[in-house]
Amino acid sequence: MSEEKFDAIIVGAGLAGSTCAYLLAQAGLETIVIERGNFPGAKNMTGGRLYAHSLEKIIPNFAEEAPIERCIVHEKISFMDGERSTTLDHASPESDDPANRSYTVMRSKFDQWLAEKAEDEGAGYIPGIRVDDLIVRDGKVCGVIAGEDEMEADIVILADGVNSILGEKLGMVNKVTPHHCAVGVKEVIQLSKQQINDRFGCTEDEGAAWLFAGMPSAGHMGGGFIYTNEDSISLGLVFGLHNIADANKSVPQMLEDFKNHPTVKPLVEGGKQIEYSAHVVPEGGQDMLPKMVGDGVMIVGDAAGLCLNVGYTVRGMDLAVASGEAAAKAAIKAKEAGDFSESSLSTYTDVLKNSFVMKDMELYKTFPSFMDNTRMFNEYPSMVTDIMDDLFTINGPSTPLRKMLMPHLKKVGFMNLIKDGFKGVKAL
Amino acid sequence: MSNPVNVDVKLGVNKFFVDEGTPHIELVDDPDPKEFAKLETACPAGLYKKDEDGEIQFDYAGCLECGTCRILCGKTILKRWEYPNGTFGIEFRCG
Repeated sequence: MSEEKFDAIIVGAGLAGSTCAYLLAQAGLETIVIERGNFPGAKNMTGGRLYAHSLEKIIPNFAEEAPIERCIVHEKISFMDGERSTTLDHASPESDDPANRSYTVMRSKFDQWLAEKAEDEGAGYIPGIRVDDLIVRDGKVCGVIAGEDEMEADIVILADGVNSILGEKLGMVNKVTPHHCAVGVKEVIQLSKQQINDRFGCTEDEGAAWLFAGMPSAGHMGGGFIYTNEDSISLGLVFGLHNIADANKSVPQMLEDFKNHPTVKPLVEGGKQIEYSAHVVPEGGQDMLPKMVGDGVMIVGDAAGLCLNVGYTVRGMDLAVASGEAAAKAAIKAKEAGDFSESSLSTYTDVLKNSFVMKDMELYKTFPSFMDNTRMFNEYPSMVTDIMDDLFTINGPSTPLRKMLMPHLKKVGFMNLIKDGFKGVKAL
Repeated sequence: MSNPVNVDVKLGVNKFFVDEGTPHIELVDDPDPKEFAKLETACPAGLYKKDEDGEIQFDYAGCLECGTCRILCGKTILKRWEYPNGTFGIEFRCG
């Protein structure tokens, strides 16, 4: 091994990058992770909930040592219009199988922990350095360039996030278009543990995940969310960027109005905002997937567009972990064979195809277009809250249920209901 | 019903290391107002604004590095968009 050259350089110390680093170092590969933030996690944010399954496979019972916030035991979904909301609330105790669980996490803490795990296995971390470009010789990626410095490796793994400038430079990643992504904004609001337990019906270490359709994204594709952390809540929303010209208010204003909605206001009352963050969410599904493997290079996580929003679940981190794992498998195999060509590294995409990652991307491939329908975010939330209002309002003689329902269904249009219902079932 | 949002107050609690004098985002001269309006709506940090006289204002200092402006207007009114130099920019304590 020459002093100058590493087995693998990973750009970006997020979940995909550090999972990959952990496994590569464990297999004895000389691995370096370069991160532009001052520490792993400094630039990373999530809504956010981590579905444990993919990391559980790599580090069993990780939640016992990792800085997770709360285990989600309450799932809520609300239809919300200007002042009202109708909520589906599902409570289920913590699963005995840790792979079934999901946890709220804060990336600044969680990613540091995962990086430490990788470091313990022997991976090297270089924080505070932005990789500006890649060394490419005869079409093969041979290393990275940061300012005046160059560093070479047999394999470069791009885990540089949704704005994968490096992937674009290689011509592997198409620049993200407004049609393929949403912007997410989030406030972290500090409350006492007791306030969170009381307001969300949780005991210690248990938490709630709550999604809101309709008003938060101003009637366009998107939605609001609340996740309970240990002693704070994450309140935010996502908004599909292709509708930006039709938005009647700014994205920060949407968040402010959502925060002041009568359903939400009491939940955050007395809380102190301790952080405000934003991130782009790749939501194009299968359509957006780039070329993930080239000579000497693989692309993982958000950079590869691996994200799934199917309305009631929003996932990116579990896919990132699995993609980091798949890339590590390919890199280890390539190292054994001494062949770092595209065809050798294509083990990566083979592993992904046979994993839940591509199976789920395939399963939900029509979902993004199904969701991009303003009825989902205007007429239906109002229809549901209107029906509920009628159901629970008594003033004089009552109307039979079937008669009461009719005008609401008519307002949306029977054909639309049938069409959307049919398409929805098909998309799922 | 709506309380006007004050994004600057929200950004005020964040931890930033601003690379003074080295903007990581630069606008073209005379940006197309229609394109600029998209960013007024979309930028989570509210960095794209107009003052009372309708003059456009942009400051990269509160940037959350999400890339929304790059995605919406990277080909129209942004001359340059890159991540801040290593160690600079937003530093999330929660994330």
